[in-house]
Amino acid sequence: MSALVIDSVSKNFGGVQALTDVSFSIAPGERRLIIGPNGAGKTTLFNMLSGAFPVSSGQVTLFGRDITNAPPNLRANLGLARTFQITNLFPNLTVMENLILALQAQHEHAFSMFRLMRKESALFDRAQALLSQWGLSDIAGARAREISYGQQRQVDLILAMAGAPKVLLLDEPTAGLSAAEVVRVVGMIGDLPADMTVLMIEHDMDVAFDIADRIAVLHQGCLIAEGTPDEIRGHPQVTEIYLGAD
Amino acid sequence: MKTTSPARMALFLAVAAALALILPYVLTPYYLGLVVKMMIFALFAMSLDLLIGFTGMASLGHAAYFGLSAYVTGLTALTLGWNVWLALPAGLMASAVAAGLFGLLALRTRGSYFLMITLALSQLMWGIAFGWRSLTGGDDGLPDVPRPRLWQGYSLTDGVSFYFFAFGLIALSGWLLYRITASPFGQCLRGIRESETRMLALGYDIWRYKFTAFVLGGLFAGLAGSLYVYYNRFVSPDYIHVARSAEVLLMVILGGAGTLIGPAVGAAIIVALENVISAYTERWVMLLGFVYVIVALFAPNGLTGLIESLRKKRAGP
Ligand SMILES: Nc1ncnc2c1ncn2[C@@H]1O[C@H](COP(=O)(O)OP(=O)(O)O)[C@@H](O)[C@H]1O
Ligand SMILES: [Mg+2]
Repeated sequence: MSALVIDSVSKNFGGVQALTDVSFSIAPGERRLIIGPNGAGKTTLFNMLSGAFPVSSGQVTLFGRDITNAPPNLRANLGLARTFQITNLFPNLTVMENLILALQAQHEHAFSMFRLMRKESALFDRAQALLSQWGLSDIAGARAREISYGQQRQVDLILAMAGAPKVLLLDEPTAGLSAAEVVRVVGMIGDLPADMTVLMIEHDMDVAFDIADRIAVLHQGCLIAEGTPDEIRGHPQVTEIYLGAD
Repeated sequence: MKTTSPARMALFLAVAAALALILPYVLTPYYLGLVVKMMIFALFAMSLDLLIGFTGMASLGHAAYFGLSAYVTGLTALTLGWNVWLALPAGLMASAVAAGLFGLLALRTRGSYFLMITLALSQLMWGIAFGWRSLTGGDDGLPDVPRPRLWQGYSLTDGVSFYFFAFGLIALSGWLLYRITASPFGQCLRGIRESETRMLALGYDIWRYKFTAFVLGGLFAGLAGSLYVYYNRFVSPDYIHVARSAEVLLMVILGGAGTLIGPAVGAAIIVALENVISAYTERWVMLLGFVYVIVALFAPNGLTGLIESLRKKRAGP
């Protein structure tokens, strides 16, 4: 069974046709890259998958279950996690508190008023472990808005990974990072469990072709090509879009 | 995370408790009454802080629950002769139900739309209190509400026993509010304040959290309102008016939203100010505006924020 099936998804923002009849499916454990010029509709596609906005038409299926009209929190609880192109953290909370919220999301105690947060030591330990795993222990106590942009992007990624999702959507995780930070983040993505399905939007072609099992190319809201990195490399229309200026 | 050591916290609480026990025997009845009023508004402000400071829901109609509970407690005590064990819960129940119903509508919106709809709903309630003369006495209000009657033949008629009654309930409420904000639920409220979209993407049913916080805020505001009707022995549409909602909002902002203790202090300051210049009502509104401007310009995070930043400065860069 496919991890995710995108079937004829279209999105119209009050006249702007952001997506037109996009269909493709992703196998479990696949590393799927989505590329395309600015404004191609990549982020919009993620918003359709995560439920941030409703589709105009079409259907989205997660492990055989129709989630087209499911609210975002339900999709998350079904194992679909995402990052945001524009960093979306809890800015006035500490990095530790950010992680706690991510870890607590699937926890039955999250709604409890009768427990004390500071006594939830199991959660703190797990958050601590995640931070040290990614070498970010020394910013645990800093507010998310006070850390560097590169660190914020990494925390954004960790928040999405923290709940061990089945399908992870990454929206340009390397954008705006220094070369060294790109290496770190690509390393983090490489270290994800092999059975986790990853959809990733990436503007850097080297990074994209390096990570991808398969690539989907969006252009002006349409899927113009889909296949292995080799197939995409030789695809005439893709070459035209990317190299047309030459 | 805030780093107040448990030892210092315990000391602070012990001093506060000792002070609270001594006050009735050192203050004149007039000033003891003023302290009770401060405590009631401290509770009212803390209840609004749960919405604004913790959840990021800026309500401009919080007096609706304060006033409704006051009316229900006052009316049932006056006309049905209910004692405090019935009249007070009846008020709380009414304000919680109203907060639930209004929440269903208001929580469909956010930001300034939320502000407007909470304002509109509270003014609707004000209109009912004002217009339904046969029940509410209209703008004359309901005078001669009896002091809380604990059982047949025993009412809290003197200032000292009413002080302890109010102090007990308000201290308990303050503790409950603290526990709520320090719980996993409270942490989720902060998450919603910081980023609703991220909370949704993490899998939180944020509506459920916001609705619960809204009803709890209404409930504690209701308790403040019912205590105030017993305190004043009077209730009028002013209890519900938007001016009162704005005043409690100012208390929260002056003290520092999202801290509970800040809004409580803010309430005490505003009540004290009001007491000093009570004779001139127009000046009072002007002064509130003036305080608001000063806070917005020089202490946008309220007094607690100001103290925090001064402390940081002294600790060095
Ligand atoms: N919330 C929105 N409201 C209106 N138009 C939008 C919205 N989000 C995206 N768009 C439009 O949809 C198109 C695709 O945008 P986007 O998906 O962000 O592109 P990409 O991520 O590929 O750069 C653009 O024309 C953009 O202006
Ligand atoms: Mg984008």
